[in-house]
Amino acid sequence: MTAPTRVASGVSVFVVDDHELFRSGVRSELSRSCRIVGDAGTVDDAVAGIVEADPDVVLLDVHMPAGGGRGVIEGVRTAGSKAQFLALSVSDAAEDVIGIIRAGARGYVTKSISADELVAAVQRVHDGDVVFSPRLAGFVLDAFASESDEPIDPELDLLTARERETLRFIARGYTYKEVASELHISVKTVETHVSAVLRKLQLSNRYELTRWASDRRLV
Amino acid sequence: MAQVGVRRGGEAAVVPRPRLERSRSDRVIGGVAAGIGHHLGIEPIVVRIAFVVLALAAGFGLVVYLLLWLLAPQAALEGANQPRARILVRPSLGQALGAGLILAGVMLLLLVTGFWFGEELAWPVTLAAIGFAILWARSGEERSARWPLDAVLTGRVFSSRMLVGSLLILAAMVVFLLANTSLRAAGSTLLAVFVAIGGLALIVAPWAWSMGRDLIEERSQRVRTEARAEMAAHLHDSVLQTLALIQRSPEQREMVTLARTQERELRAWLYGRAPALAGARLRDAIDAMAGRVEREQHAKVEAIVVGDADLDERARALVSAVGEATLNAARHSGSTEVSVYVEVEEDAISAYVRDHGTGFDPEAVAADRRGIADSIIGRMERHGGSAVVNSRRGAGTEIVMRLPRRAT
Repeated sequence: MTAPTRVASGVSVFVVDDHELFRSGVRSELSRSCRIVGDAGTVDDAVAGIVEADPDVVLLDVHMPAGGGRGVIEGVRTAGSKAQFLALSVSDAAEDVIGIIRAGARGYVTKSISADELVAAVQRVHDGDVVFSPRLAGFVLDAFASESDEPIDPELDLLTARERETLRFIARGYTYKEVASELHISVKTVETHVSAVLRKLQLSNRYELTRWASDRRLV
Repeated sequence: MAQVGVRRGGEAAVVPRPRLERSRSDRVIGGVAAGIGHHLGIEPIVVRIAFVVLALAAGFGLVVYLLLWLLAPQAALEGANQPRARILVRPSLGQALGAGLILAGVMLLLLVTGFWFGEELAWPVTLAAIGFAILWARSGEERSARWPLDAVLTGRVFSSRMLVGSLLILAAMVVFLLANTSLRAAGSTLLAVFVAIGGLALIVAPWAWSMGRDLIEERSQRVRTEARAEMAAHLHDSVLQTLALIQRSPEQREMVTLARTQERELRAWLYGRAPALAGARLRDAIDAMAGRVEREQHAKVEAIVVGDADLDERARALVSAVGEATLNAARHSGSTEVSVYVEVEEDAISAYVRDHGTGFDPEAVAADRRGIADSIIGRMERHGGSAVVNSRRGAGTEIVMRLPRRAT
């Protein structure tokens, strides 16, 4: 989110998108600070290519024919690769975004993100952190907002007050650093909160979460 | 283009005659009369009277009516998208009474002119008709009457009216059988069976009819939804991707703005709610506002709304204040990105408008920046809310607005 103070030169990146033009655009933008080790336009090519090249981070399009981003994540995980996934999409459909996070992506950014921000996000995912764009934060707040249903597992099904507060700041457009200074905590603690939210998002079996996503898709 | 011109030029002269189809909204029996009236451009009531008169001529009108009912297609469901309008018109007490009196008059006329078809038929039919009318009115009234037997068995909609209607039809059956002893002697138990079946059909018909209509309506709704989902998938792969691509080339400011505007509109259409319901909700109003500022100021406005609320007068005021704050940020902050975040909670709606621009000293607001005092703080306070400006030179600005929701 902030300017890339750390140069992500060492990070190897694999780009998956079924649009040739978009792939080449992202390649040229990232090649200044990352090592591009390959790209692919279909789910099968992507799985084979990622297993072969073993990149640090995979930039993954949510929407692709024959399985989509989820198909890639599942295929690669089955093959035993440890690559991290960052979802990159033009889709605003809550269902898609929540879906790819639940499949195992470590973050979600929209394709209108600037090159610098994209590099910073790749670096962050590589460091084991989570990338929450304001929009993703909004989706998550929305999904966890209704507390009408009795949570089955409070540990997973509810956000803590602190996590909620952190997400709210992110949705308001604050960077992690700004959130930290507003809440008088360290950036590391902000990252811990966000990681915890991501874990809940991936593991919660809350009925609300699925129903909410399908409700949002089409009326 | 040419067509538009023609239509505009001769509006009164060249109106294409509507197709002959049975009306759904304006109907007494099958919508035939209204359909013909619409087709010919005359009042349906005239057609109805004509039918009644023709029916007296040895039932000719009745036959024509039934034929048209069978042959004319039913009009398409109007406004299935809109909040469902009551299609079945339930006659008021006065209308029902009027219809009854007219019927009685016609029967009297028949009796006098000698077209009378005999006591044995007249009274049972009258009884059955009254019973049917009572049941019919019932079935149009409530959606829950969709599964009549189930509803009756669980005692949910069992009403005196239903009882009266059914009893009247049963009585009609009994009277008919009693009055036609000669027929029964001549025939067999077959007649009794037929009468019983007829009576039952009369009792069940209203529900069966409305149930069938509901099913058709539901199916067409589903087909529409599926078509929309398919189109969404297709457009996503083509147009949205292209627009995203255009935005990545930062040279032409105008073009990027145009692409963003197009993208926002398309997205709202693809993933938003049905158009008929849009416009009345807070989420849509905020999105529309963000789009407007983006277009006018060539800025990027990221608007995120959590929860949703009806767009009443106070919510509208909040949207205006948020719009003013967004416009201010896009115009004066020097930053080309504005974050808008609106959260609807149980007791209040909170809104945050933030930029990473130059910031300013709120104490030393220049005269030309009265917008903040009047359009934002003043407006919020007039509607029982509040607005706070947090800004520091060099650290950007955030305006926080809060509108308590009225206890309902």
